[in-house]
Amino acid sequence: MVPTSYFLVLSAILFGLGVVAFIFKRNILTIFMSIELMLNAVNLAFITFSRALGQLQGQVFVFFVIVVAAAEAAVGLAIIILINRNRGTLNVERVDSLKD
Amino acid sequence: MPALTYLWIIPLLPLLGAATNGIFGRHWSKAAVSRVALTSTTLSFLAALEVVREFMTLPPAQIPWIHSYFTWISAGGFRADFALQVDQLTVIMLLVVTGVGWLIHIYSTGYMHDDPGYSRFFAYLNLFMFFMLVLILAANYLLMFVGWEGVGLCSYLLIGFFFLKKSATNAGNKAFWVNRIGDFGFLLGVLLIFRTFSSLDFATVLPAAAKMPADPAGHIGVLTAIALLLFVGATGKSAQLPLYVWLPDAMEGPTPVSALIHAATMVTAGVYMVVRSHVIFLNAPIAMEVVATVGCLTALFAATIGLVQTDIKKVLAYSTVSQLGYMFLACGVGAFSAGIFHLMTHAFFKGLLFLAAGSVIHAMGGEQDMRKMGGLRKKIPVTFWTMFMATLAISGAPGFSGFFSKDEILNASRNVSPVLWFLGVLTAGLTSFYMFRLLFLTFFGKENYDEHHVHVHESPKNMLVPLVVLAILSVCGGWMAAPQFFGGVNHFDNFLAPVMATAHAPVAAAAESSGGVMEILQALLGIPVIFGLIGFLLAWWLYVRSPETPKKLAASLSGVYKLLLGKYFVDEIYIAAIVRPLVWISDNILWHVVDEGAIDGVVNGVASVSRESGNQLRRANTGNVRSYAAWIAVGVFVFTTLLLWMVA
Repeated sequence: MVPTSYFLVLSAILFGLGVVAFIFKRNILTIFMSIELMLNAVNLAFITFSRALGQLQGQVFVFFVIVVAAAEAAVGLAIIILINRNRGTLNVERVDSLKD
Repeated sequence: MPALTYLWIIPLLPLLGAATNGIFGRHWSKAAVSRVALTSTTLSFLAALEVVREFMTLPPAQIPWIHSYFTWISAGGFRADFALQVDQLTVIMLLVVTGVGWLIHIYSTGYMHDDPGYSRFFAYLNLFMFFMLVLILAANYLLMFVGWEGVGLCSYLLIGFFFLKKSATNAGNKAFWVNRIGDFGFLLGVLLIFRTFSSLDFATVLPAAAKMPADPAGHIGVLTAIALLLFVGATGKSAQLPLYVWLPDAMEGPTPVSALIHAATMVTAGVYMVVRSHVIFLNAPIAMEVVATVGCLTALFAATIGLVQTDIKKVLAYSTVSQLGYMFLACGVGAFSAGIFHLMTHAFFKGLLFLAAGSVIHAMGGEQDMRKMGGLRKKIPVTFWTMFMATLAISGAPGFSGFFSKDEILNASRNVSPVLWFLGVLTAGLTSFYMFRLLFLTFFGKENYDEHHVHVHESPKNMLVPLVVLAILSVCGGWMAAPQFFGGVNHFDNFLAPVMATAHAPVAAAAESSGGVMEILQALLGIPVIFGLIGFLLAWWLYVRSPETPKKLAASLSGVYKLLLGKYFVDEIYIAAIVRPLVWISDNILWHVVDEGAIDGVVNGVASVSRESGNQLRRANTGNVRSYAAWIAVGVFVFTTLLLWMVA
């Protein structure tokens, strides 16, 4: 059987990749995908602990995360489309009207 | 006992009148305004009469009648009720305040008739009645203090009634500030009373004070301290040395105000308060001496200033200060009921003098300088005769009200100290002189005004009726004390005796008269009367017989004359010694150093610190989403590390 720590390390790596992509990518769509990556990394951690501890709560929680992620994807994509229509770009550096 | 149960109606009626006139009066006709004002005071007077009638039927065990309506303040061990009290002393004050106040309201409807601030005037006047009634009906020191401050407020408002005149607003401010000093003393006295007796109710404090051992002579104990602090309050409100300076200036107000507030009622509040607390004073010999000395000196001091004043109202103002001095002299020598007696007769004759002076001013078209009057006797006969009665009364002519009260005070002071007695008698002579001087300058001699410009006319009926009523009271008001000259009793003292039960028996030298003809003659023609007669003759000689003499006299005694005309330069001394340094300190230290330096510095410092730190921090807000994300990531990393650190 594969040790629990392997799954956790994989989860951490996936999460770290998500964070790095989130910070360094300029395209909003890519940033959005990196958010999904981080969410799924967390899901993996939930399931790992759920199995390791023999409890179901972790798996139930994953369903919630998937539902929220689906809703978020719907709203987020709508926002991204609107940004693209209004500004003609998906470069996050150009979306800075909060500044001053 | 319906009316006694609903005591609050008496002060409430004028308050309602004040509120109605104050809110709606501006849009109403003068007739409607005076109807509101007169109805409220008339009903209040009638309610007071009913209360007195019911009070007379009370069994002695129920006196003082105290009725508590609700708990006003309750904090820890401190408790003050909204409680009203009626005893013999209150009855006298109640009748004087509502009665004289009512007459002066009637008079005002005539005197103020052409004034644009008609409704404002009556709103203030009614408000004054409310606070004065609260002051005299209060059953504890705190409620009394409410009335005390309230009448001070109304006094301020009414002195500055003609607010477009700079001198009037200045006089109002002066009255307010000088009274602050006195009121501060009173407040300290009240606090010390609470500290000592753990209560402020008269019914608790006064018997407890009576049971305490008297402070030994020459030693200032707690009772002496309380008495002296209360007396500081009295010197402010009742215009005694050294705080009398506001009262002469207060004559800037309309004349009915001078009559009601600055002669008949408010300025006597100090006397009332001292008499109300007399058991405290009786156990404080030093305070008694101070009261007697201050009263006596004030009486003499103000009378000398009154000798040379040329403004008709100023003479009366100094006369008021002087007569208040008599009342405190009476209190200081232990003759408290004589003080209240003089308070009552003074309310009649001095109220009348002011109202008559107002009638003279009205007739002269606003002129107040007596040198520009003269010969008015035939033109305004009713004013002349009523004022003549009042002058006789204040000068102590035998048989008139002032004679009885003043005689009682002087008799009492003779038993304590011949010096006080002599100064009092001397003041009686001066009083007679300056009052007859006023009368002669105004009503006798040749006419010193331009007849083409001044149309002298008698006042309307609503001004004359109060004059006549007060004239009758000035003549007869003292007859309650008359029987003692014929071997009988002094009904006034007897009436007040239950209130004074804890005091030493009032000095009653005159009461021992056996009623022999010689003794009656002796009493009637005693030394005060002789001094009064001398004053009258001097005034007659100087102002009727040879009117040139006063000028020569003033020239030959120019030093004294200037000193008196300048009112001993007390105002100038106060300005130089107190006002100027205060203004200097306010200007140079409080304004430029404390206000501009410290207070503004702190406020501006806080502002610039937040502005600077904001300027620095706003750089973090780049508007760049990725940098926010980086900050969040860094934050999460740091936080997680810290958590792991602490768990491990």
